[in-house]
Amino acid sequence: MTEKLKLDKKLISLCRNYTKEIADRVEKKIENHTTTSVERTVLRLLGIDGVDQYGIPIPNLIIKKVKKENKLNKGIAYWFGNALIQTELSVQVLAEKVTKDEVDLFSLPQKDQDIVQQYMLNLAEEKIKKISKNVTKRKKMKEKYPCGPKPWLYVIVATGNIYEDLKQAKAAARQGADIIAVIRSTAQSLLDYVPYGPTTEGFGGTYATQANFKIMREALDQVIKEEGRYIQLVNYCSGLAMPEIAAIGAIERLDMMLNDAMYGILFRDINMKRTFVDQHFSRMINAYAGVIINTGEDNYLTTADPVQEAHTVLASQFINEELGLRTGLKNDQLGLGHAFEINPDLEDSFLLEIAQAQMVRQIFPKAPLKYMPPTKYMNGDIFKGHLMDGIFNFASIMTDQSIQLLGMLTEAIHTPFLQDRALSIDNAKHVFNSARNISDEIYFKEDGKIQKRANQVLQETAEILKDIADKGLMEALSQGTFADIKRPIKQGKGLDGVIKKAADYYNPFIEIFSEELSIKDE
Amino acid sequence: MNNRDIIKAYGDTYNDGKVQLSFTLPIERGFQAEEAARIYCLKLGLKEVEVVHMKNLKEGFTFFVVYAVCDLSVDVSKISVAKIDTEEMSYYAVNDYIIEKIKRPLTVIGACTGSDAHTVGLDAILNMKGYAGEYGLERYPQIKTFNLGSQVTNEKLINKSVEVKADAILVSQVVTQKNIHIKNLTEFVEILEAEGLRDEFILILGGPRISHELALELGFDAGFGSGTKPNQVASYLAQKKYDNLKENKGGENIE
Repeated sequence: MTEKLKLDKKLISLCRNYTKEIADRVEKKIENHTTTSVERTVLRLLGIDGVDQYGIPIPNLIIKKVKKENKLNKGIAYWFGNALIQTELSVQVLAEKVTKDEVDLFSLPQKDQDIVQQYMLNLAEEKIKKISKNVTKRKKMKEKYPCGPKPWLYVIVATGNIYEDLKQAKAAARQGADIIAVIRSTAQSLLDYVPYGPTTEGFGGTYATQANFKIMREALDQVIKEEGRYIQLVNYCSGLAMPEIAAIGAIERLDMMLNDAMYGILFRDINMKRTFVDQHFSRMINAYAGVIINTGEDNYLTTADPVQEAHTVLASQFINEELGLRTGLKNDQLGLGHAFEINPDLEDSFLLEIAQAQMVRQIFPKAPLKYMPPTKYMNGDIFKGHLMDGIFNFASIMTDQSIQLLGMLTEAIHTPFLQDRALSIDNAKHVFNSARNISDEIYFKEDGKIQKRANQVLQETAEILKDIADKGLMEALSQGTFADIKRPIKQGKGLDGVIKKAADYYNPFIEIFSEELSIKDE
Repeated sequence: MNNRDIIKAYGDTYNDGKVQLSFTLPIERGFQAEEAARIYCLKLGLKEVEVVHMKNLKEGFTFFVVYAVCDLSVDVSKISVAKIDTEEMSYYAVNDYIIEKIKRPLTVIGACTGSDAHTVGLDAILNMKGYAGEYGLERYPQIKTFNLGSQVTNEKLINKSVEVKADAILVSQVVTQKNIHIKNLTEFVEILEAEGLRDEFILILGGPRISHELALELGFDAGFGSGTKPNQVASYLAQKKYDNLKENKGGENIE
């Protein structure tokens, strides 16, 4: 295929070299660290679930006890594994007894590290089958009920009540949506635990809980069979409980997860060390579970200027790609994000959008790119908004985007009504169908505005990546490189949950993932 | 009273009362659904109802687009709306005004309070680069700005305002489901009043669903809706501060 934009290949590989340096430095800072949420995730992957009488999740209760004794640096797997061997109890029964203080993890006799590790490795391999079975099931279902053509139509449901969400999700799927994202309650990212059970409340969405995941998955599986088309389910793997959400998502066969390397740092003021450690483990789980991650570069442009700061989006995509690949994610699992947010009143704004979208398409040819709709300049004029969404859809089909988060004409007014979503699905179906093969028919004028713009952004990206490689990503974040937001290295939420690993730290899942996903240097 | 003061919706002829509306009913698409939509509109007080479009939204829902005539009218001579009556000034004029009249820089603090995580509006007003070609307040040499970002509690915002001796507090609310914002905003003003701090600050509320009227109702000094530019907020602030100083509000005297 001839390339539509002549991009400077040397510059692209230069960018990737800088990104490798950046990732090396990040890894150096986070290696030898674990977090309370990573350790809770180990318990969840072992199958521990449930809450105490106050609604506090059992994984939280157990990890809190171990942390209090300053013994988490060895890894929960050792303490829990030792107790399993000593008590011969089942995993869940032991977990409950620990929370009720009926078993004390530290007063039991201690088996040799090697014996416990082998025992836990075997147990983890057994438990993780639940996830590999889901991967097989997804594959089989997709063979029988294939996904619709790309760009996939991605819509959100956000009623704040899982049962109401259910109706809206089913209706959207039957109207033609390919992907359903269930929006979480505002501020769930700041909860240092995963809420429990089905939920019927929340603001701007309802909680991500394992029960809610299950309810939605079952409903969509029913629709898949009836409509003969695979419908992908999405939730949010971000915030303080990031790896735990990855685990429950993997167990309930979610297909996609929003899982950005830097979103929590920038937009939720979560400590960067905490984020990078959590992100690494959560991405290993997503990689193993065959989940497509969606990164969050679009968010930068809601605060920073989309024309001036376009290169920060590309820079972040390079960083997300490199950090993602290092956790075992494959290229086709990297739903790198960008957005259609340029001021529509700017002359040739559409050309600038096309330049960016086509550039990203060519630089990341295998990535299922996630394209986000106009939001910043949506102002309540639903008629103009609907047209802007149509132009956004046109940009997407012209540049072979993969995951199309549909714009809503009522953006900036309310969370989508049933009819808003239906209108946006119609809009996308119409545009995609009427221009299905347009991208095969066009190329961009040599030295034209689009060519020039793309190369300019690429040039600026190389410069900023060089700068980040020189000073380090954490320093860059503290200086406001992304989204005009500055985050000091030693501040932010969740820092107290970051723990330096002891020499004999053990996590059987990291061992399994590293081997299965062929990750080097783990 | 002038006849021109009594108005109706306009389609293509004066006083024709033509309106368009769209809505969804929980009913399967079909003749019964169309009739249900028509009767529903009649009950809304509309006449000559035409259901021009009907779409099956699946799961037992149907979407309708309707044109109809509404006979009701409004007497505009009887309407009074609370308006911000300060004069709009440019970036340069605001800075000069502060130097000349207030004789010291103003301190402004802003936050999205409660569970709201959307800082788009707050950033548009405060951030250096501003919005729609107008610089944000951070850029004003005569305005010292603190942007606390999102999900800030009322208590934290008030403590910080006291700490930096803010002249004005900007509260932004974008996501406003189930009226959570009303409760939170009311509580904010109540805390200030209980602490005897209400007159220390100029309170400004902003957001796409915010009107000046609503802001006044909630006990703020002013409210700014969507499309507000930073210089409009700055103009208001400077003039309001000067007025307060003249009235000797907040215990500071300009003379």
